[in-house]
Amino acid sequence: MSAPLLQVEDLRTWIAGRDCDVRAVDGVSLDIRRGETFALLGESGSGKSITALSIMRLLPDAGAIVSGRVMLDGLELTGLPERQMRDVRGRRIAMIFQEPGASLNPVMTVGDQVREVLDRHLGVRGEAADRRVLELFEAVGIPDPSRRLGEFPFQLSGGLKQRVMIACALACEPELLVADEPTTALDVTIQAQVLDLLRDIQRRTGMSMLLITHDLGVVSETAHRVAVMYAGEIVETGSREAFFERPAHPYTNKLFASIPGSRSRAERLAVIRGTVPPLTRDFVGCRFADRCDRAWDRCRTTEPAVHRLPDGQTVRCHLYAPECVEMRGRPAAVAEPEAAPAVGGTRVSSSSHPLLATQDLRIHFPIRRGLFKRVVGHVKAVDGVSLAIPAGRTIALVGESGCGKTTVGKGIVQLLGAVSGTVRFEGVDLSSLDASTLRQRRRDFQIIFQDPFASLNPRMRVSEIVEEGMTALGIGGSPVERSARIDKLLEQVGLSPDMRYRYPHEFSGGQRQRIAIARALAVDPKLIVCDEPTSALDVSVQAQILNLLKDLQDRLGLAYLFITHNISVVEYLAHEVAVMYLGRIVEYGTADEVLRTPKHPYTQALLSAVPSIERGTQREVIRLQGDLPSPAAPPPGCHFEPRCPRAMPECKSAYPAETRLSATQRVHCYLYPQK
Amino acid sequence: MTFPIKPVLLWTDALVFALVAAILLFVWYMNRHEHLRMPWRKVARSTSGMVSATVLSLFILVGLLDTFHYQKALPPDKQTAEMRYASDVLSALDAIAEPLRMRQERTFSAPFSAYAHAKETMSGADGTPRRDYPRLKFGGAHLESPAAERLPDIARGVLQGVALAAMLWMFATAIITGVVAARADRRFAETSGDLWRGDLDVPWRAVLITLGLLLIVVMPLIVLSGRYHVFGTDKVGQDVFYLTLKSIRTGLVIGTVTTLVMLPFALTLGIMAGYLRGWVDDAIQYLYTTLSSIPGVLLIAAAVLMMQVYMDTHPETFDSVTRRADFRLLFLCVILGVTSWTGLCRLLRGEALKLRELEYVQAAQAFGVGPWRIMARHILPNVVHIVIITIVLGFSGLVLAEAVLSYVGVGVDPAMNSFGTMINAARLEMAREPIVWWSLAAAFVFMFLLVLSANLFADAVRDALDPRVSAQLARPVFRWHRQRGASSRHPA
Repeated sequence: MSAPLLQVEDLRTWIAGRDCDVRAVDGVSLDIRRGETFALLGESGSGKSITALSIMRLLPDAGAIVSGRVMLDGLELTGLPERQMRDVRGRRIAMIFQEPGASLNPVMTVGDQVREVLDRHLGVRGEAADRRVLELFEAVGIPDPSRRLGEFPFQLSGGLKQRVMIACALACEPELLVADEPTTALDVTIQAQVLDLLRDIQRRTGMSMLLITHDLGVVSETAHRVAVMYAGEIVETGSREAFFERPAHPYTNKLFASIPGSRSRAERLAVIRGTVPPLTRDFVGCRFADRCDRAWDRCRTTEPAVHRLPDGQTVRCHLYAPECVEMRGRPAAVAEPEAAPAVGGTRVSSSSHPLLATQDLRIHFPIRRGLFKRVVGHVKAVDGVSLAIPAGRTIALVGESGCGKTTVGKGIVQLLGAVSGTVRFEGVDLSSLDASTLRQRRRDFQIIFQDPFASLNPRMRVSEIVEEGMTALGIGGSPVERSARIDKLLEQVGLSPDMRYRYPHEFSGGQRQRIAIARALAVDPKLIVCDEPTSALDVSVQAQILNLLKDLQDRLGLAYLFITHNISVVEYLAHEVAVMYLGRIVEYGTADEVLRTPKHPYTQALLSAVPSIERGTQREVIRLQGDLPSPAAPPPGCHFEPRCPRAMPECKSAYPAETRLSATQRVHCYLYPQK
Repeated sequence: MTFPIKPVLLWTDALVFALVAAILLFVWYMNRHEHLRMPWRKVARSTSGMVSATVLSLFILVGLLDTFHYQKALPPDKQTAEMRYASDVLSALDAIAEPLRMRQERTFSAPFSAYAHAKETMSGADGTPRRDYPRLKFGGAHLESPAAERLPDIARGVLQGVALAAMLWMFATAIITGVVAARADRRFAETSGDLWRGDLDVPWRAVLITLGLLLIVVMPLIVLSGRYHVFGTDKVGQDVFYLTLKSIRTGLVIGTVTTLVMLPFALTLGIMAGYLRGWVDDAIQYLYTTLSSIPGVLLIAAAVLMMQVYMDTHPETFDSVTRRADFRLLFLCVILGVTSWTGLCRLLRGEALKLRELEYVQAAQAFGVGPWRIMARHILPNVVHIVIITIVLGFSGLVLAEAVLSYVGVGVDPAMNSFGTMINAARLEMAREPIVWWSLAAAFVFMFLLVLSANLFADAVRDALDPRVSAQLARPVFRWHRQRGASSRHPA
């Protein structure tokens, strides 16, 4: 085996905080061999990005490397003067960031941005540079590269921007590419394209890659070796095969168990109690001990050493210490149930009549131009959606970003007005109601938002936030009764009532989402629109929230419209699934039908693009070309036709009608017999 | 029952008191809300913020003293036995600086001079006329022969002043250390040690050093101002030191009351435009675009001149010169406020446009909460930081605007002392030979100090309140370097 390209030894990086220092990286050692992809996996706040920034020496002003060494092929990087470090950055180590939109300069053409890198490091200018940029753009699969050269970042889609970023990073043929969550901001189908591209480039150039991600699926698709970070330390390393077959550390095991999916449908998801501990304190013993089901006394007093397993895996856990062999067989402590009994009685679901039904719902946003703001067109965000949600059931609305699924949710709770079509709640057309009747109706349908940081007013206490809906709708009786109800609601969502006088900034993302759920529950709704409620959360926290939502449904008979792009969440939670593409539902059916036997080519492609952690099941990945078309000018025929691998001539002519494949499954596609 | 004085509440006094009450109320409210108190703690931790606050508070003290107005009682009327009061309205500052106010020379005299600035024809002891610099009535009048005694006398005064300053300073230090020690529940000596090592959270050391420097400058001035005209006298022989002190209130009133006038416009219209959008937004935008496209100075000049005409035609409305001047000051504040709300309004509209799309606002809409309630509960509290930053930043601009307007001749009443009128007067003084520089210099130094400290304070406030300014200020990094030294000694 050749010497590793990059060796990190006992790296410690601290960030100066207001009250005390954050030991973001606390003794990380890893080495990356030539030509391999090394994945650094961890939840947010585990220190993985700071590790990458330390290697690049791009830390924020408040942070600094306190000790440790970073060796690139024998060259010590931590002590290198900034002038020389600049030659290393971009030339020998390149980096791509999570947010492609924010990492490109908006006032420079993308061609110039790549050219700048070539000029700086290789001194390539003029025509030679132009040729090289073209080559690079072709290599990263940018269609029509000679035209794209002169375009500005705002003219490119997210996937194309990330490709430009990759072209910038590859310009000098670096030995190591540091990719910090390169696909997190992208849709699944685009993510599949980018991961493909990275794999392909690596095979051609033989560069090494440090891939930083929180997504086990991405790791399993791309990595050769994996390291799991927790609270500033690496707790486990190993080859991909060993890692996915025999995860060693209890934390890793829990991570696997907390991923939702069809296999866990019936039962509750495994959760990791609590949250990542703050890295400001001194640790005695194992950092995971407080959240670990298998911890015993020793874990809380002695820091575990790194143990090497026979197949090359290393793990930082007492369970693998030779003197603790007998503890390995011990069963895990049972986690205590987390939610308290529900408020209010159980409603019996009457599934004969749908609780909510939309008929041909259309929501368009006018595009205004010119001096007098004349309407020159419409963004057809929702263009004829018909849905029925029975009481006590979960309907998942799935689709890529920009397909209009959030707009449907907002249209249903009457935050946006429809251009045409109806939303009937228990048979009443909501758009026909006057303002005060509608306000009384609002208690029946509530919404939970995606971003737990934007959905709570930072200037209001938790109790005020939860109470707002009750006061606005005149529910809950006297202030004393209301106050008692707030306590019950907080308990119900797994928070303690004494948190009611705190402000949102004192809570973690998962806790904030619980507050948002309590706020929605406060008015006793029958339907909750959940707009990607877990996509901003870590896997372990996501499991907590999903469990909570499921419990609440069982107890209160709530119906959910679950808007998401995360297929595994759909598998776990949904009874029925609607797949949306460009403002219309292309396929509808029960979860099993849609996820097991997808009929529409888009659904098939979407499902195949989801990275899977289940090895062995070799699946054929359908790669979609290009991006979502603009909803302002949808293709004339079938909306999916330009990207469809199975497009036929008739697809261009008109939008396909609905085909009923079974009692529940319906699809819009010419592959199936039209009426 | 008769009082020797009758309190007088001028228009601007009432507004200043209202403002002080509002600030106290806000501080009290803030003290009970952790998230509101936090940024102000940050201000308290910033050295430049606390130093400028120290200087500012001295100005504010003078300004507030000058705000308590009263009329003196005259001997009662023999016939009606009714209380009569003097027609001129005085302030607490006038009472304290009584000697400064009363000791009026005939015309110009240089700082610390015992003689007038220009030669006059006098009849000597023998009756022969001669031209020489006449002795002043008050400045250095206690000296037998100024040429020999003046410098030692001044030196003595400076020493007295410094001694007084040292005493006051030690007193202040003891009080501050005592309070800090009592709050932290620690011993006085320990706290004192921490304070001077700079280990306290609030940079009291810098505050005390600033206070010391200020006292060393101010106390000798006060001591000497009893014997000399420390900043000289102006054309009509008034003490320039007194004029500058009186100008401070004018500057502060312009800077703060204007804000009070402008705030309701900016807040309601800005938030309404941003939140309600549609035709309300169009109308408000039209209003402020029109208003801000009219040159501000012209608008102010026109309004002030109209006002002047009104005051001239209705002299009976104002029973004293002070009232008249005060009314004009108030009017100036109003017109400045009316022309200056557009900037803040535009900022607030933009912020409200952003906030209305946030999810907590949408959640409130989903509950059917009404638009006014959403604006009051969700939008307003979240734009307060912008309002505070704009107010504090705008203060110094308004003080300077007053100077410019008075210079142009559309500012405060000529009878009212202000930096602007002093500078305006200096226009002629600078043309004299020998040049009269002290009026301008005094106005310049005071205004410079006021505006500089206000700006530095505004910077500290913005650093603490503006979410866009990076959360990492210089202090934590500095502390980190100290800790790194510690960590390298005993590696983890």
